[in-house]
Amino acid sequence: MSRISVTVDGTTYEDDVEPRLLLVHYLRDRLGLTGTPVGCDTGNCGACTVDVSGASVKSCSMLAVQADGAEVTTIQGLAADGRWHPLQRAFHEEHGLQCGYCTPGMILAARDLLRANPHPTAEEVRHGLEGNLCRCTGYQNIVRAVLAAADAGAGTGADSGADTGGEAAI
Amino acid sequence: MIPAAFDYVRPESVGEAVGALAGAEAAGSEAKVLAGGQSLLPLLRMRLAFPDLVVDVGRIPGLRGVRDDGDALLIGAMTTHHEVVADPLVRRHAGLLAAATATVADPAVRHLGTLGGSLAHADPAADLPAVALALDAELTAVGPRGRRTVPAREFFTDYLTTALEPGELLTGIRVPKYDGWGFRYEKFSRTAQAWALVGVAAAVRCAGGRIAEARIGLTSMGPTPVRAAAVEAALAGAQAAEEPVAEAASAAAEGTRPAADLSGSAAYRAHLARVLTRRAVLAAAGPA
Repeated sequence: MSRISVTVDGTTYEDDVEPRLLLVHYLRDRLGLTGTPVGCDTGNCGACTVDVSGASVKSCSMLAVQADGAEVTTIQGLAADGRWHPLQRAFHEEHGLQCGYCTPGMILAARDLLRANPHPTAEEVRHGLEGNLCRCTGYQNIVRAVLAAADAGAGTGADSGADTGGEAAI
Repeated sequence: MIPAAFDYVRPESVGEAVGALAGAEAAGSEAKVLAGGQSLLPLLRMRLAFPDLVVDVGRIPGLRGVRDDGDALLIGAMTTHHEVVADPLVRRHAGLLAAATATVADPAVRHLGTLGGSLAHADPAADLPAVALALDAELTAVGPRGRRTVPAREFFTDYLTTALEPGELLTGIRVPKYDGWGFRYEKFSRTAQAWALVGVAAAVRCAGGRIAEARIGLTSMGPTPVRAAAVEAALAGAQAAEEPVAEAASAAAEGTRPAADLSGSAAYRAHLARVLTRRAVLAAAGPA
């Protein structure tokens, strides 16, 4: 067992974990944060993407012990004060999902992309999301959603609370 | 899938890491070095690797970052792909490495994956071994008997096998500066983020409309990355134009041993090597 201290969505946890425990299983099975799904389990699909200390990573391709001391943000940490993050709102309004399985990873990857490039072109969005697979939408509405979130200022530092429209059912 | 159980240590110095590796070797147990984990974690999950001990070198101070060393760059083995792509020194003096690294997998993988990890893993379908080979990089390793430097030409010895001895840790990569050279990494993949069916890393120095010198490394054309030596020889002194470059590139598959698998036959890979070499060299020799 290895002792780790990890902050996830603003809460700090101290836990003894087996070294072989994957970060995604730690989030889901130990912390009960099932908003992050396991997709392909091979590192290809990106459904399990989370943010670790400011960078998107695939949580199936990282050990929980590697996250010791890190600050992890999952899809469940994006909304603030009962309001959706602009990316969540944009995916809702632009119909950027059908089954929704890839959505948590898509949104975390898109957040990373917008942080580096607050006003990307459609082509840049497609390139930035190439590590995230969607089998429903054909990507058209996902790209639209990310562009709409960029217009709403999702990438300009107003990461939480920037969405001032409407109540969110979260 | 859940990896088989293993012991885990996170040494805080190169000496400590080498000690852990040597200790495992002496005890007859298998140790694996964990860098960014983007190759090792999938292998652990699929239980293609089941080491007794994982030595996590990801946080050893001094193994990360790029430094100017006169006529070369020194790149710490734990420098991530993301950092390599963004580094101003790499972009200025080793543009081929920056360009090829930008095509590795996807952004999330590039955030964790490291240059040293990719080279030590030595997958012939990975992009960076062929780049290190083309650029005549030198690799520094530290082991129980001290430090040594291995030229890239001697580093990749077989499929997933390097000149690193058990107990040795790759600590840094020395890349000569290629100021004034043109470069291009061309790769062909079936889907975004997929492995290269074939990749071609080309660095070209032109003078007066002619190619003075070309260095070309091939990805996925055998069990190790290989230099397209026949093309390099044919290009020396050739005009930097479509026809002579195409003729030189027709030798790209000479001396290679490409695999045949579900993604393509050996003949198809040889064809790709010729086509991509022509494109890479023309782009590298063309206006920047």
